[in-house]
Amino acid sequence: MNQLTEIIKVKNLSFSYDGLLALQDINLSIYAGDFLAIIGPNGSGKTTLLKLIVGLLKPQKGEVFLFGQPLEEFRDWHKIGYIQQKATYFDPFIPISVKEVIAASLYSNQKYFIGNKKEAEEKIAQVLKLVGLDDIGHKKITSLSGGQQQRILIARALVNEPEVLLLDEPTTGVDYLTQENFYDLLGQLNKDRLLTIILITHDYGIVNKHVNRVACLNQRLVYHGEHSEFCQSDVVQQFLSGGHHLVSHRH
Amino acid sequence: MNSILVSSFFWRAILAGSFLALACGLLGVFLVLRRDAMIAHGLSHVAFAGVAIGLLLNVLPLIVSLIVCILGSFFILKLKNQAKMPGDTAIAILSSAGMALGIFLTSFKRGFGAELMTYLFGDVLAIAPMEVWLAVGLAFLVIVLLIVNYYPLIFSTFDRESALVSGIRVQRLEEMLIFLSSITVVLGIRIVGLLLVTALTVLPAASSLQLARNFKSTLILSSIFSLFSIISGILLAYIFDLSASAAIVFISIFIFLVCLALKKINLVKSS
Repeated sequence: MNQLTEIIKVKNLSFSYDGLLALQDINLSIYAGDFLAIIGPNGSGKTTLLKLIVGLLKPQKGEVFLFGQPLEEFRDWHKIGYIQQKATYFDPFIPISVKEVIAASLYSNQKYFIGNKKEAEEKIAQVLKLVGLDDIGHKKITSLSGGQQQRILIARALVNEPEVLLLDEPTTGVDYLTQENFYDLLGQLNKDRLLTIILITHDYGIVNKHVNRVACLNQRLVYHGEHSEFCQSDVVQQFLSGGHHLVSHRH
Repeated sequence: MNSILVSSFFWRAILAGSFLALACGLLGVFLVLRRDAMIAHGLSHVAFAGVAIGLLLNVLPLIVSLIVCILGSFFILKLKNQAKMPGDTAIAILSSAGMALGIFLTSFKRGFGAELMTYLFGDVLAIAPMEVWLAVGLAFLVIVLLIVNYYPLIFSTFDRESALVSGIRVQRLEEMLIFLSSITVVLGIRIVGLLLVTALTVLPAASSLQLARNFKSTLILSSIFSLFSIISGILLAYIFDLSASAAIVFISIFIFLVCLALKKINLVKSS
């Protein structure tokens, strides 16, 4: 896929919750190989936009196209990897092993219950190795640290060989170093595997070295463009005053 | 003991009980983990109305209650999904309606109460041959559908939102689970009765969750606990002339307490 293939297109999109406007007239194009950071204050519609893109919410006005197809006709969901907000806030009661978490995603995309078990095992081992956790497949996911759980969720998304990964504030509740390692992994996936990444983040400073495009939301799309131009734009000042971090820092 | 081996009604009870045990053991894990444990309780009250209609019309109560239960379960889903009502509220509304309808219908026929009692408290040793085959067939259907949908069920139980994005028809799975719950509850009525049917779906699952290290072992342990409770309960009831439903539930509770103790010992050791 070349650099200019449009994989997600958002056209005149608006959405409100019970009459309360969340998003207004959003137009956005995301191309193969992009690492897009979506930033904005609380309540600016970031999560709503991501949920509309992956079909968890239905647009009230406007359209979303995935890989050139209107969302309602799109069926190739294996091309999309999604990690929701607070994704690691698991039910502590659930007895599921790391391997089962990944296998459930892999087998659910196959038509039949019994697939090629050996091939599946190899795929699971490969993605675990890729995220640097190849020896914990038998462990309960709830027994792992927050940082390890995030990597397992990345592995779960990668096992279906997606072309785009959408993440909603994936590092909530983990320390700075773990966050930095996690974003380095995303950067590596973006560069080495040409995986398109769309990331909602509150801490732009940690991630900005990997990002090539930025979308700034405040119900409307305030800015959408190159990362380098964003740093010199007026929007920066507004975000600095809103408690956002544009440069890398340690807490 | 010899008389047990030649007793056809004993073997009928064991056959129907074993299939139902497997269905309950597997289904219960998903219901408990999805916080839908009380659905069996609610549906058993709805089934009460079905039993009353069946007895009043002289149609096999098991079949009528199955139909009423399935209709009721879809009504619960409608209240949950379309009226955006919390699941426990929807279950409470429908179970009250089912119970009220059942009680109302009892006033139409004399001597109705005694017949109804066997459905309230269950009588597995009095199960008819036709009911056995119905139970075996339906329990088999429950087991097969759960196994075929094993991975999508795990995925959506663990992480509903991601399962939706991955293209799994989560709502269909939820409809299937409530449909299978209806079948299991109706079959359970014959074994332990309306009042204790929740125990069959909840206790083996809750016991296995104390010990299991992964999803697969949870399902296996839950099925074993369920099988053991039902078979040993029927055996004890037959030998000592006890109520089979009470024996089954007591054994299930005993297993749960043992599992709870084992978990505590394990925690103490590992700390």
